[in-house]
Amino acid sequence: MAKSKSKRRRYNLKPSDFNTGIRPNWCHGCGDYGIWDSLKKAFVSLNLMPHEILIVYGVGCSGNGINFIKTYAFHALHGRALPVATGVKLANHKLNVIAVSGDGDGVGAGVNHFIHTCRRNINITYIMSDNKIFGLTSGQAAPTSDRGLKTKSTPSGVVEMPVNPVLLALASGATFVARGFTGDVIQLTEIIKKAIKHRGFAFIDVLQPCITFDKKNTHKFYRERIKRLDEIKDYDRKDLSGAIKTSMEEDKIPTGIFYQVEKTPYEEELKQIERKTLVDQIITDIDINRLLNRYY
Amino acid sequence: MKVSNVSWKLSGEAGYGILSAGLILSKVFSKKGYFVIDNNEYPSLIKGGHSTYTSRISSNEIFSINKSINILVALNRESIELHQDEVMYGGYIIYDDRSLDIDEFKKARRDINYIVLPFYRMISELKAPVFMMSSISLGASLALLNYDLEMLKNVIKDTFGQKGFEIVNLNIKLAELGYKYIKERLKINAYELEIVKPSGKILISGNDSVFLGAVRSGCKFYAAYPATPASSILHSFASVESDYNIVTKHAEDDLAVINMVLGASFAGVRAMAATSGNGFSLMSEGIGSAAMTETPIVIVLCQRPAPAIGLPTWTEQGDLLFATNASHGEFLKVILAPGDPEECFYLTGKAFNLAEKYQIPVILMMDKYLSESHFSYDKFDFKNITVDRGKLVTESRDLDSEYARYLDTDDGVSPRTIPGVEGGIFIANSDEHDRYGYSDDSSHNRRAMVDKRFRKMERLIEEIPPPRIYGPTDAEMTIWSWGSCKGPILEAMNVLDQKEKKVNFVHFTYLYPFDEEVVSGILSGTNKNIIVENNKTSQLAKIITMCTGYKIKNKILKYSGRQFLPEEIVSSIEKIE
Repeated sequence: MAKSKSKRRRYNLKPSDFNTGIRPNWCHGCGDYGIWDSLKKAFVSLNLMPHEILIVYGVGCSGNGINFIKTYAFHALHGRALPVATGVKLANHKLNVIAVSGDGDGVGAGVNHFIHTCRRNINITYIMSDNKIFGLTSGQAAPTSDRGLKTKSTPSGVVEMPVNPVLLALASGATFVARGFTGDVIQLTEIIKKAIKHRGFAFIDVLQPCITFDKKNTHKFYRERIKRLDEIKDYDRKDLSGAIKTSMEEDKIPTGIFYQVEKTPYEEELKQIERKTLVDQIITDIDINRLLNRYY
Repeated sequence: MKVSNVSWKLSGEAGYGILSAGLILSKVFSKKGYFVIDNNEYPSLIKGGHSTYTSRISSNEIFSINKSINILVALNRESIELHQDEVMYGGYIIYDDRSLDIDEFKKARRDINYIVLPFYRMISELKAPVFMMSSISLGASLALLNYDLEMLKNVIKDTFGQKGFEIVNLNIKLAELGYKYIKERLKINAYELEIVKPSGKILISGNDSVFLGAVRSGCKFYAAYPATPASSILHSFASVESDYNIVTKHAEDDLAVINMVLGASFAGVRAMAATSGNGFSLMSEGIGSAAMTETPIVIVLCQRPAPAIGLPTWTEQGDLLFATNASHGEFLKVILAPGDPEECFYLTGKAFNLAEKYQIPVILMMDKYLSESHFSYDKFDFKNITVDRGKLVTESRDLDSEYARYLDTDDGVSPRTIPGVEGGIFIANSDEHDRYGYSDDSSHNRRAMVDKRFRKMERLIEEIPPPRIYGPTDAEMTIWSWGSCKGPILEAMNVLDQKEKKVNFVHFTYLYPFDEEVVSGILSGTNKNIIVENNKTSQLAKIITMCTGYKIKNKILKYSGRQFLPEEIVSSIEKIE
């Protein structure tokens, strides 16, 4: 969350104050409703105003969410939500910057940005709607699809191993790594709140069943297998190797915060924006005389 | 012999310090008030391969380097072999005494003077590293020009001062050795430059000028991925981050670069990226994203011979049609192509204003020759670059209660808020959208939004100055060209003028939008038209034909990876019937 020095008054907004008036057109029962719900609840709980939030969306069903939540927003090209969010944060680090995209966007087309944003530890919250399928383009295999999954683009079954986004984030140096489930809005809201408050890059892999194209990873399937990390007494969130081991569990699906450590965020390392954001700089008559003298 | 101008070339293996020595020589004379233009050539290697540095120094205004040179300093045998043809009648070659078997070369050019100089012996006597060899050549060259060493010593101090006292002194000693060696052996002065009024000029490359123009314009966010010939802009920005409160981001790839620039600009900061054609190819989709979300961006495209990796350290103007058409779909953009570093400076200022006034992408086209060659100027008057941010809204009190980011206005440009401003919320939607930014695929909305975005053209085209015409109005021939060909063409025109051939020149620095009426008007008043372009397929000529229907049949094209030299243009023009 962006730092704020002065004590703020309570705005007493309701989640519905973040509605745009446009009704979501996701499939009935889609996991994206859970993200929509949790985000708005988290904003209210954190006492944020719509204009203080900037969400960068990727392309896909999750990206269509741009029409349904009232904040400043940018709809990026496929795979490019994180670099747009990075540019925004560097330009104005007072904004609460959030990226929302699907798994195709995050660990397929944009996987390079994902790795680098993790290691950059810039203060952005990234919510990856992980449905393990390309939904909007009618059900092709995603980078997170199980090996052997037969889809229109893989009629003989997916040959590659699936990407494990939590493991990848941990290996790439992210300082906050969590997994949520759209079937548990209360837990997801709590994770999103902690992610926004986290100083640094926060990644949430959100299990979000695609009820139309995925017959395996259903709400029921997840409910039977989920293991909440916040219910495990001795779970140490600061232990990277433990988090890595947990992320690789196969019979149970852990949710909650895998890993969280404090590290100075990228933008706080930059002396040039210590006192003022870039957007607050006055640019009308910059004296470059000193610079010109370099060329004598 | 008294001369008004001198051309000098230093040549040898990469790693001999050729590029820094060449720049030092250029500075020695620009600091004294001479007009200087230089050009470097080097391979895409860290060590080895062949490098050259050519400087032309003149007491009168000049526009480019020449093909023929007065002094060649050849640090190896290959340099004599490759460049002795360029040495003019009565010129000089200073060569190393280890290149002994050059008799066959000498036989071919009995009209020039060969002076042997023991570079290696001097280096080993002073126990200096081999890359300092070039400093000997600087002293030797100044002796040939009957010029004192004072300014050279100053420039060496400026250049190597950070490396410490010893390095500075060693370089100065080597220069003195070279100077003394020539002075003792040469009975007469080889050349003596006409004296100029001491004025002190800046010596600046195209990339330096773009950088300065961008800093003056208030560019606060610069992102890039290293790519020759654009990298020096990245280095310059990184070096002033804290002095000018700029964030410079060396991003993970060019896709990240353009999207970070989009994010920063969307957040309200003037933002820019520079790259070569390779990076620009990757950025193309992002240019469309800027157009659809009406986010202003400035992209500098430093062209090099392509496709693929091509010739990374050489020059070409092969990307004009690509840049004009970059990204899918129909949308407005501006293409600018400065002809020299001074135009780079002012057009960069213009680029930022056009981008923000019209909320569109602006592409500034450079090439390796323009990016890295240095030109001397009296100091730029930076006050001539002013900042116009168009319809930017930074305060919520200036907003209507029914604020609509993509409001359909008379001029097509809608008020643009900065994220964070209360009451100014909008979504920058990559999908076609309504006036608030919400996705809308209805046919009436699509038509209205396309029309709104293109309506900007009406004002924009009025703001685009016509191509500049150089030379007499009653010319028998008219040259058409763009960008960095300007210098060699102007230089060629001087020669043709002396030969009483009346030639004028239409130079485009604003390439798109293309004003068909203005260009048709110029075409109706010309006699014989000739296109000059540093590419294979005459891309400007194609645009002229596409927009006016007129075909320019005479073409002077060069696509060897080298820029035009004036002599080549003169001889090509003389061949045209």
